[in-house]
Amino acid sequence: MAKNDLIGGTLWETYSRKVNDRMTNPRHLGEISEERAAELGARLVVADWGAEVCGDAIRAWWAVDPKSNRILDATFRTFGCGTAIASSDMMCELCIGRTVDEVLKITNIDVEKALRDEADKAAIPPQKMHCSVMAYDVIRKAASLYKGVDMDSLEEEEIVCQCARVSLRTIRDVIRINDLTTVEDITRFTKAGAFCKSCIRPGGHESRSHYLVDILRDVRAEMDRERAKAVAEKPRTFAEMSLIQRHRIVEQVLDEKVRPSLLKDGGNLEVVDMKEADGRTEVHISYQGACRGCPSAATGTLALIEEALRKDLDPDILVVQV
Amino acid sequence: MERVYLDNNATTIVDPLVREAMGPFACEMYGNPNSLHDFGTEVHPFMRLAFDRLYAGINAGERDDIFLNGCATEGNNTVIKGVWYELIRTGRRSEIVTTQVEHPCVANACSFVETLGAKVVRLPVNADGIVDADLLARHIHPDRTALVSIMWANNETGLVFPIRELARLCRERGILFHTDAVQAIGKLPVDVSDAPVDYLSFSAHKFHGPKGVGGLFVREGRSLPPLLHGGEQMGGRRAGTVNVAGLVGMGLAMELAVRNLGYEATEVRRLRDRLEDALLAIDGVSVIGRRELRTPNTILMSVEGVEGEALIWDLNRGGVAASTGSACASESLEPNPTFVAMCLSPELAHTGVRLSLSRFTTEEEIGRAIEVIRGSVERLRRISPAGSGTGKGT
Repeated sequence: MAKNDLIGGTLWETYSRKVNDRMTNPRHLGEISEERAAELGARLVVADWGAEVCGDAIRAWWAVDPKSNRILDATFRTFGCGTAIASSDMMCELCIGRTVDEVLKITNIDVEKALRDEADKAAIPPQKMHCSVMAYDVIRKAASLYKGVDMDSLEEEEIVCQCARVSLRTIRDVIRINDLTTVEDITRFTKAGAFCKSCIRPGGHESRSHYLVDILRDVRAEMDRERAKAVAEKPRTFAEMSLIQRHRIVEQVLDEKVRPSLLKDGGNLEVVDMKEADGRTEVHISYQGACRGCPSAATGTLALIEEALRKDLDPDILVVQV
Repeated sequence: MERVYLDNNATTIVDPLVREAMGPFACEMYGNPNSLHDFGTEVHPFMRLAFDRLYAGINAGERDDIFLNGCATEGNNTVIKGVWYELIRTGRRSEIVTTQVEHPCVANACSFVETLGAKVVRLPVNADGIVDADLLARHIHPDRTALVSIMWANNETGLVFPIRELARLCRERGILFHTDAVQAIGKLPVDVSDAPVDYLSFSAHKFHGPKGVGGLFVREGRSLPPLLHGGEQMGGRRAGTVNVAGLVGMGLAMELAVRNLGYEATEVRRLRDRLEDALLAIDGVSVIGRRELRTPNTILMSVEGVEGEALIWDLNRGGVAASTGSACASESLEPNPTFVAMCLSPELAHTGVRLSLSRFTTEEEIGRAIEVIRGSVERLRRISPAGSGTGKGT
């Protein structure tokens, strides 16, 4: 929220003059007849596309020169709002004179940019970007009909945000590279989810095969797993560990290497304290059972315990009997 | 270009008599009615007259409250949040029963109290687009239901709900009944002595009064904590310095609206029917809801092959102001819940255009609107794939 948001305002105020103009007077409205296509020596392509959720629909006619694969003429009819009509009209304009392969590179974003009055001012408000996607889809449909191939084969990447044309790969990369933790961050970095918002989470205007919330959760989980693995694999020195971690590992070594032999003789030991002094770690132990009062407890046994810990953990360990 | 305003369910022109009545309260009698001096007290008789007119307008009793607020949105919020606070939060009851076709101010206030633990039951509408007493009877339970909130008339379709019957049912079962009457006042008789509603809200600007002022009727003995805390205005039910000009304007607007109910039921209806007949004569046009079940001023039409926003855009160019509930024109792109609840097909939901008249709509304006609408439909059908027109190159 900010001062500019307080009035709200209508969608129409934010349409560019070009959108206004093409909505009112589309240049490429209508159909191309078989006769007209024959006159041009062209192959006629008629493609239908619809946005199921809205009920919006478009039919595009292309007259394509079969030798050069160049689109000689393009027309449309659209059932949709002003943005859909203006986008359809601009889509035709961008197609005319280009080859089928060239127009496959046109996206709804190119259409929107061509409808701008000023280079840096959007032609339509964010939530209407969605209505321009149909003009892009129909290009792929027409091209697939012309080429006689499946429409999906023309899509190189899996697109998550149709409005801003952001791929799954881009979103995954941007989360990883920038260590993003929120959907708002993804939108800020990529513009995915900034327009009709359907791709953010289920329950929006359209259902999708991928949602930003799921992608974020999955990538974060992957990153966490990788980090945990890296931490687990990294050899940490005894000196780098906290006192609690040192205590745990000392207990481990004592359990494995020392206590079994003490227990055999009916004794045991307990770690009563751990201290850091002059860069050394002091392990304070107290004997139990038969070890108490054993003549070698303060000499040989103590030296053995110390040696075991020094060998496995750190040469600067000092074992002190208390 | 002469413009024709056919969006009276959104807001209305202020009656010039109302504007005149409000005038003196800007620079002459500008005192705060809560002040002790003459500047404050001299406005009291005007306020009293305004309240008399509001009470008479809906036939409220002396012991009932109608308190001034900002709008019906505020009134509806006050009731829903107040009932949550007193009955649901305290665990005495658990549910609010409403419909799937309420205005966002009721729908969203219900969703809000849902996040605070209330259970909200949203009833579907029948084939006529309304909720009938049989359905309501099956969904209310005196041990659970804290409040039933059902609009008197729908803003999109104009369909009128059987409020008298629904309110009586709730009264019999000891359940509080609230109605958003914002689309009913001035269009049909609203009589709280006959319909036993407990809370009823309205906005002045829907019946030729000023914007930013509304009223909430609270029947005698019904408790309701304030939404706005502060001074003693409105007997503590709604704090904030009284909008005296707004109150005076709303009072007169109510009186005029009620006086013109006969005109509304005959002349406005006749003009609406003339427009509707002319529209239905266009191929592929249908109107939602039976005529006799609607407020006399409203038409929600669907034009086959013509998208709603594109149509109101084109009508606007022709000087005719209409509105669309189609998904494409809303900020959220969400399909209109009323259309979804009425089980309209996606295409129908996408073609809905609402035309709403008022007592200020003239015969000439209707004639002009018919002409403009015919032209726009024809033009847009040429653009649509369903159309049969021919384009370039043929």
